[in-house]
Amino acid sequence: MSDTKKSFLIINRKAPYGSSAARDALDVALTISVFEQPLSLLYMDDAVWQLLPDHQAGAIGQKNLSANLAMLEMYDIDQLYVCRQALNQRGIRPSDIKLNITLLDSQGIAALIKQQDQVLSF
Amino acid sequence: MKFSIVITGAPYSSQASASALQFSRSVLRLGHEIHRVFFYADGVHSGTALAAPPQDETNIPAEWTTLAQEHQLDLVVCIAAAVRRGILDEGEARRYEKSGHNLAPDFTLSGLGQLVEAGIVSDRVVTFGA
Repeated sequence: MSDTKKSFLIINRKAPYGSSAARDALDVALTISVFEQPLSLLYMDDAVWQLLPDHQAGAIGQKNLSANLAMLEMYDIDQLYVCRQALNQRGIRPSDIKLNITLLDSQGIAALIKQQDQVLSF
Repeated sequence: MKFSIVITGAPYSSQASASALQFSRSVLRLGHEIHRVFFYADGVHSGTALAAPPQDETNIPAEWTTLAQEHQLDLVVCIAAAVRRGILDEGEARRYEKSGHNLAPDFTLSGLGQLVEAGIVSDRVVTFGA
């Protein structure tokens, strides 16, 4: 493990199923956490669908992403940021999301990105 | 400046790997360093030795091998993403009892820790997605 600390931001943009992006991003998040680096996750665009509970992924032969999302808490990954506009556009209420999230508008998103050493997009 | 490159798009279906090649050549030409190139998700297909594109198209895996040999680049393919998609080195082919292996020269299979380590030691990580 390195002594150097770098702050990482993972930007999620894709829906929970339909591509491997959501799962790939979570795997990277857990690995960053193992390396004990500061980590934030940002959900934009269709990625906000990842945050809804009660996925029925088995019906399309996929593993349920919710179990991986639950891992975030176990790994103390608690900096979860969500694009307010993405929720509004899709008719999702913040209260529909059972995780502890912070809503950001576009200015807040710009400020969040600016604070980071490394940004990874999925 | 020290760069690392992440490629998540498949070669030929997306421009990710081709753009990353051009970007990497520019980075090196300008005197910067590339700590690692990490192939993830569909990006692992850039690591196949069996790609046979038409002669008037770029052979992307071969271009990466050439660039790696010229500049001693560390080309790392995510092992979990690779074995699911049938990109195997000799050891993995043996482990999964497959009839052949196809990881291109100068690529290595390794874990996601190599991506995170690259982020820790590099000044910039640039992602080329689908």
